[in-house]
Amino acid sequence: MRKPASSTTWILLLGLAPWAAMAADSTTGQAAAAPHGRVDWESWHAHNSLKDLASLQRGARNFMNYCNGCHALKYERYQRMANDLHIPAAALEKDLVPPGSHPLDYITTAMPAADAFNWFGKVPPDLSLITRSKGSDYVYRFLKAFYVEPSTVTGSNNLAYPSTAMPAVLSELGGVNEAVFRQVKDAKEFDHFVNLVRGSMTDAQFDDFVRDTVNFLDYVGEPAQLERQTMGIWVVLFLVLLTWLAWLLKKEYWKDVH
Amino acid sequence: MANEVAQKPGLWGWINRRLPVETFMSSQLLEYYAQKNFNFWYFFGSLALLVLVIQLLSGIFLAMFYKVGAASSFDSVEFIMREVNYGWLLRYLHSTGASAFFLVIYLHMYRGLMYGSYKAPRELLWLFGMMIYLSLMAEAFMGYVLPWGNMSFWAATVIINLFGAVPVVGPTLVEWIRGDYGVADATLNRFFSLHVAALPMVLLVLVGLHVVALHETGSNNPDGIESKQKKSAQGLPLDGIPFHPYYTVKDIFGAGVFLTLFAAVVFFVPTFADLFLEKANFEPADPLSTPDPISPSWYFTPYYAILRSVPNKGLGAVIVLVAVLAFFFLPWLDRSPVRSIRYRGWIFRTFFALFTLSFLGLMYLGLQPAEGIYVTLSRVGCVLYFAFFILMPFYSRIDPVKPVPDRVTFHA
Repeated sequence: MRKPASSTTWILLLGLAPWAAMAADSTTGQAAAAPHGRVDWESWHAHNSLKDLASLQRGARNFMNYCNGCHALKYERYQRMANDLHIPAAALEKDLVPPGSHPLDYITTAMPAADAFNWFGKVPPDLSLITRSKGSDYVYRFLKAFYVEPSTVTGSNNLAYPSTAMPAVLSELGGVNEAVFRQVKDAKEFDHFVNLVRGSMTDAQFDDFVRDTVNFLDYVGEPAQLERQTMGIWVVLFLVLLTWLAWLLKKEYWKDVH
Repeated sequence: MANEVAQKPGLWGWINRRLPVETFMSSQLLEYYAQKNFNFWYFFGSLALLVLVIQLLSGIFLAMFYKVGAASSFDSVEFIMREVNYGWLLRYLHSTGASAFFLVIYLHMYRGLMYGSYKAPRELLWLFGMMIYLSLMAEAFMGYVLPWGNMSFWAATVIINLFGAVPVVGPTLVEWIRGDYGVADATLNRFFSLHVAALPMVLLVLVGLHVVALHETGSNNPDGIESKQKKSAQGLPLDGIPFHPYYTVKDIFGAGVFLTLFAAVVFFVPTFADLFLEKANFEPADPLSTPDPISPSWYFTPYYAILRSVPNKGLGAVIVLVAVLAFFFLPWLDRSPVRSIRYRGWIFRTFFALFTLSFLGLMYLGLQPAEGIYVTLSRVGCVLYFAFFILMPFYSRIDPVKPVPDRVTFHA
C-alpha cells in the first residue's frame, strides 16, 4: 500500500492533478453546485466513534496512503497500532510497515524535514497529538474546508486554518471547491462552496473517508482511550459497591449515637 | 493505658515498651472526641489527606519515568501515556488529583468560613491551613510546568513575570527565579526539584502541624459551640463521640463517594472539558507561539480575574497578593460573638453570600477573555471580594446575632 520512496512526489502530483484538470476544462462540474443558504462549517462535527473498529482500520489505511507521505506519528509504533486495531501481522508487515523499518519502530515519515521545509515553508507537523491539541472536530473541519485560491503558493486555502501551508491533497477524492463569500459590513464571511471538479468520491463517501481518518487520529492521540473506559466501568462499579458497604457499616456504628 | 500495653507479651508489647505506638493511637483516635453533629462539610478534611496520599503515590511513580529537561519532558510525558504500563492511569490520577485537591481544599476552607472555625482558639490551626493552601498553589503551579506543553511554558512566563512588579529588584528577581533570561531548561529543572522534593516536604510538615493543632483544640462544629466540655455523670462528653470508630467509618464512607466520583473523572473525562488538562498543553512548549487565550487552571482563575481587572500590572500583582493573604487575617477581622453562620444575623449573611458569589463569579470570569463586559464584571466581583474582608470588623460587630444554644443540634 505504501510507497515510501516516491510517496511524496506521488501525493503531490495527485494533489495537483485536479488543478490541472480544472485548468484544462473550466466548465467541469459547474452545474453540480446549487447554493442553498449559508453553510455553517463551524458547526460540522466529526461524530467519530472509537468503538467502530472497522472505521479505525480504514482510518489507519487512509492515513498511511494520504497523510504519512508528509506527516509522522512519532509517538505511535506500527506494532501498537496493529495490536490495538486488530490488524493481522501479515497485513502489517506487507502493507503498512515500510521496507527498512521494523514493526516496533515509531511511525515516521519518509519525507526529509529539510526538503519539506523547502517545499512548504514549514515542516509538516507531527500528527500524534493533533486531535488532543486541536480537537477531532477541528481536524474534520480542516480536511473538508479546502477551497481554490489561485493567489496562494499551493493554489488553495482553508476556512479552518487560513493561509495553511498544506496543499489540498484530498481533492482527488473530495473534489475541488470554490468558496463563495459575502460581504458583511467590513468583513468577508463564508457563504457556501461551489463544486468545480467532482472528486472520485460522492460527498457522503468523502465524509466517511474524513471521519475514519479523524477517528484514527483520535485513537492515536490517546491509545489508552480504548481500554480506559472499559476498565473505568469496573472500577466505578467496584467503588459503588464498596461505598454501599461503607454506608451500611457507618449506619451500624452510628445506631448508638443519640 | 500505657502500662497495660507495656505488660503485653510478644512483639507488640516489645515495640510498645520502646515506642508508644498504641498509646499514641489511642489518644489520637479512641480518646480523641469530636462533636457528633458534623455534617456534609466535615468530610473534606479527611478527603484532603486522601488526595495528598493519591498525589504522593502517583507522583512517586510518575517521577520514575518522567525525564526532566526542555528537550525531554514533553516526550517523556507522552512515553508515560503510551508505553509505561498503566502510565496513562498514573498521569490522570495525578492531573485529576491536582484539581480534586483544590476542589476539596476550597470546600474545606468554605466550611471554615461558614462555621467560623478560624475564630479563637483555632487561629493557629487556620494559619497552618492557609500556609498549606499557599504551598499547594506553588506546588500545583510548578507541577503544571513540568509536562512542558505550550501552556506550561506561557503560564510559567506570565506568573514569574508578576514578580517583576517588586520595586527596584523586580527584574533581577525574575531572572533569579527563572535561572535564565527567559523561561527555559534551567527553570524547568528547578521547578522539578521544588515540585518533587522541597514543597512536598513543606506540605507534609504543615499538614502535621495542622493536625496537631486540630487535636489540641478539637474540631469546631456546625453550631460553632464548645459543648464538648459538658460531661455526663460517667464523665463522658455529652455531645462528643470518639473519633474512632465513629468518624473513621463515616470518613470511609465519604472517601468511597469521593473516590467513585474521582474515578469517574479519571476514566471517563480526564480532561474535564479542557478544565483539568488543556488542549494547548498537548502542543510542546514554543517560545514563538503564544496560546490564545492564555488561561491558568480553573483553581487560579479567581485571582487571575482580579489581576486582569486592575489596569496597572504592578498594582494588580499586589492586589492579588492581598486577595490571597486576606484569609490569614480572618481570625482578627471577625468581631462577631458567634462563630456559626447559623446564629449570625442578616448583615453577615448578606456579605457572606456576596463573597461566595464574587468568588464563583471571578472563577468564571477568569476563564473568559479579558474584554468588554467581562472586565467590568470582574471589577464588581473584585470590590465585593474585598468588601467581605475589609468591612468585616464593622459589619461583624453590628450584626444582629441570634442566641446560641447550649447543646449541639443533632438528629440521629
